[in-house]
Amino acid sequence: MKRASILIALLAGASLAAGAETQPAALAKAGGASTADHSRFIELQKIFNSGPEVTKACLGCHTEAAKQIHRTKHWTWEWVNPETGQKLGKRNVVNNFCTAVPSNEKFCAACHVGYGMENAKTFDYGSETAVDCLVCHDTTGSYKKLPGLAGHPAYKEIEYPPKSGKFVKPVDLGKVAQSVGKTSRATCGACHFLGGGGDAVKHGDLDTSLKTPPRYLDVHMDAKGLNFSCATCHATQGHDIPGSRYTPTGKADNAPLMRGRQNQGNPATCQSCHGAAPHKTKARLNSHTEKIACQTCHIPQFARAQPTKMSWDWSTAGKLTPDGKRMTIKDASGHHDKYDSNKGDFVYESDVVPTYAWLNGKVKYTLLGDPVNVNGVTKINEYLGSADDGQSRIWPLKVFRGKQPYDLENGSLLVPHTAVGYGEKDDSAFWINYKWEEALKAGANATGRPFGGKFDFVATEMSWPITHMVAPKADALSCTQCHSRSGRLATIDGVYLPRRDNNRLIDTLGWLAALAALLGVAIHGGIRVYLARKGN
Amino acid sequence: MSAHSMQRIYVFKFFERFWHWAQAGLILFLLLTGFEVHGSYANFGFEKAVGYHTVAAWSLVGLWVFAIFWHFTTGEWRQYIPTFKKVNAMFQYYAFGIFRNAPHPFRLTTLRKHNPLQRLAYLFVMLIVGPLLWVSGWFYLFYDQWSAWGVDRSLSLEWVAFFHTLAAFLMLFFVIVHIYLTTTGHTPLAHIKAMISGWEDVETEPTPATKQP
Repeated sequence: MKRASILIALLAGASLAAGAETQPAALAKAGGASTADHSRFIELQKIFNSGPEVTKACLGCHTEAAKQIHRTKHWTWEWVNPETGQKLGKRNVVNNFCTAVPSNEKFCAACHVGYGMENAKTFDYGSETAVDCLVCHDTTGSYKKLPGLAGHPAYKEIEYPPKSGKFVKPVDLGKVAQSVGKTSRATCGACHFLGGGGDAVKHGDLDTSLKTPPRYLDVHMDAKGLNFSCATCHATQGHDIPGSRYTPTGKADNAPLMRGRQNQGNPATCQSCHGAAPHKTKARLNSHTEKIACQTCHIPQFARAQPTKMSWDWSTAGKLTPDGKRMTIKDASGHHDKYDSNKGDFVYESDVVPTYAWLNGKVKYTLLGDPVNVNGVTKINEYLGSADDGQSRIWPLKVFRGKQPYDLENGSLLVPHTAVGYGEKDDSAFWINYKWEEALKAGANATGRPFGGKFDFVATEMSWPITHMVAPKADALSCTQCHSRSGRLATIDGVYLPRRDNNRLIDTLGWLAALAALLGVAIHGGIRVYLARKGN
Repeated sequence: MSAHSMQRIYVFKFFERFWHWAQAGLILFLLLTGFEVHGSYANFGFEKAVGYHTVAAWSLVGLWVFAIFWHFTTGEWRQYIPTFKKVNAMFQYYAFGIFRNAPHPFRLTTLRKHNPLQRLAYLFVMLIVGPLLWVSGWFYLFYDQWSAWGVDRSLSLEWVAFFHTLAAFLMLFFVIVHIYLTTTGHTPLAHIKAMISGWEDVETEPTPATKQP
C-alpha cells in the first residue's frame, strides 16, 4: 500500500503549504472585505462528526449552494458535449494517465467535491448534504480528503496508508468550518496541481509551485506581485467555473470584458482582460493576435518549475521484486520514478518546448467502445482546428504519450481496476495482485462493457492546451524562434510565415538576376577601363 | 572630348536632388533591412530589421508624397513621358559606342534631362516597381487589418510576400545597373557630381572635330 503514500504526501504537502495562504481570511477578520466572520456563527460552534454534517450547517444559510454545485462538472463528473454528443466528464472519459474512474471511485473520489462516491453509477447525485463545501473553501490547509475514503477526510485517527505504521490525525471539522473563505490557489491546487496521481504529473502548466509562485513562473499569480487566485481569471458565478478543457476557447472574443457590455465570452481567456491588441510599444506584434494564441509566445516552455510526466507505458507494469514485492526505480534526477510496478514506465521532462497546433475549441474523444488505431497512435482526445476555419488560433500543447490496455476482440480501450478503498481486500485490483486479466475484467464489469479476456497495449496520445504559467514578457518567444526555416512553427500549415515560407523560385531567380547585373556591369566597366588605359 | 565644347547647365533643382539622395539612402536601407527580414543575411537582427524597415518605408512614403506634388506643380512629370525614339541608339551606344568614345546619342537639356533609356527605366521603377512594393508592403504592414477591411478571404499573404520580394529584386537589379551607369558620363564621377551640385556639363554642338578620339 506504499503507492498511496506518495499521493498522500503530495496532497498533504499541498495542504500544508495552503496554510501559508490563510492571509486573506485573517485579513477579512481584521477588517477586510468579507462581511461575515464564520467563527462567530453559532451554527458552526459545535462538534461535527462528518463532512455532511458541516454541509448541512452551511446549507442552513447558503440555501442554493448545493443546487448550484449539482449543476457543475465538479459534481456530476459528467458532461455531454452538445456539438459532438459525446458523453464526457471524469465518469466517462478514459485518459492515458491513471486511465479511468469506474471501479476506482473510492480512490479517485478524493478529488470529487462530494462525500461518499463509492460508485459513480449508483452515487446519489441529488443529495445536498453530500456536497463537500470545505474542500474548496477551507482556508486552514488542514482539510485533506484521502484516496480510498471515497471523498471523505479522516474523521478519526487512522493508520494511513494501511499497515504503513503512519497515522493521520482526524481533521478538526469545526475549526475548518469556522475558517471558510474564498477559494485559493491552494484549494484549487489540492486537486488540479496533483492531477494524474502526483505533483506536476498531468498538466505541465499546473503544479504545487503555483501555490506561491515567483514572478518568472507566473506573472499573474506572482505571490509578491499581482497575486491572482485561480478564480481571478476563472471568474465564477453560482459555483459554475468557466474555462474547461472539454470546451476550450480556441479563438477568444477580441473585446475585453467591461462593465455594461453584454458579453457571453469566457472570462478565463487572456483577451477578456487584454483585448486583441495588447502590445502597446511593439504594436507590430498585434498583427499576430488574429492567428496566434497569446500562450504560444508568452509560455515559452512548460514544466518550468518542476518536471512533468511526458509518457506512461502501462504495458511494463506488474514487474515485481524476486520476493514478489512492488518496486520503484528512480530516474536520473533521483526525484521521480521511472518505473513503478503499479504503473509501468514513465518519462519526466522539464522546460519542455510545447507542440503547436490550430485549435478552434472543438474536441473529439476516443471513448469506451470507440475503435482504437491498432497500427498507429490512438488519439485519446483530438483538438480540432485549421488555418482557414476562421475560428482557430495556434496554441501550445503538452502532448502526453502512453501505452494502455485495449480489448483485442472489440478493438476498444479497456479500463483497469487498479485502486481499492481504504482497508479493503479486493484481489481483482491490479495494485493488489498485479494480474491484468482480472483487473481488466473488474474494470469492464464496472463500465458495463464486454470483455473476453484477450487484451494488448495500444499507443495513445493525449493533448493538453498550455495556458497557465505565463512568463514575464522578457521571456516571451523572440521573432526568429518561429520566423525561421526550422522554428517552432515549422509544422504549422495553412499560414504564410515570413522567412519560413520564402518562395524559393523567386529567391533563386532574384539572386541570379542580381548576380548577372553585377557581372554585366563589371565586365562592361572592365572593358571600358581596359580600353581607356590602352588608349592612353 | 575637349573642355571648350562643354557648357554647364542647371539640370537638377534643389528639391529634386534632395529627393534623389534621400530616396537613394532609403531604398538602400530598405534593401538592407528587407533582405534581412527575408532571412538572406544577418545584421541588425530580425526584430530590429523589421522595425527599421517599417520606419524607412513610412519615410519613403512621405518623401514620395512630396515628390509627386513637386512633379505635378512644376510640370517636371513630363520628363518621364516615355519615348522609344533613339532607344535603339542608346542600346547601341552602351553596347558598342561607349567603348570607342562615340558621341552620346542624346543631348541633355533642362527640358529633356533624361535620355530615352532613363525615361523608360525610371518610369518602370516609378510606375511598376515602386507601386508593387508600396501596395504589397502596405498589405504586409496592415496584415492584422485584413479581416476588418474584408479582404482576408481574397488576399493571401503568400502572394503579397511574393510580389514584395519580386519587386525588391527588381529594385536591387535597378540599383546595381543605375549606380554603374552613373559612371558613364564624360568622366566617371560627372553624373554623380551633377546630382550633387545640380550642374551638368553638356556638349554644346556636336562637330566632326569633337568626334575624333
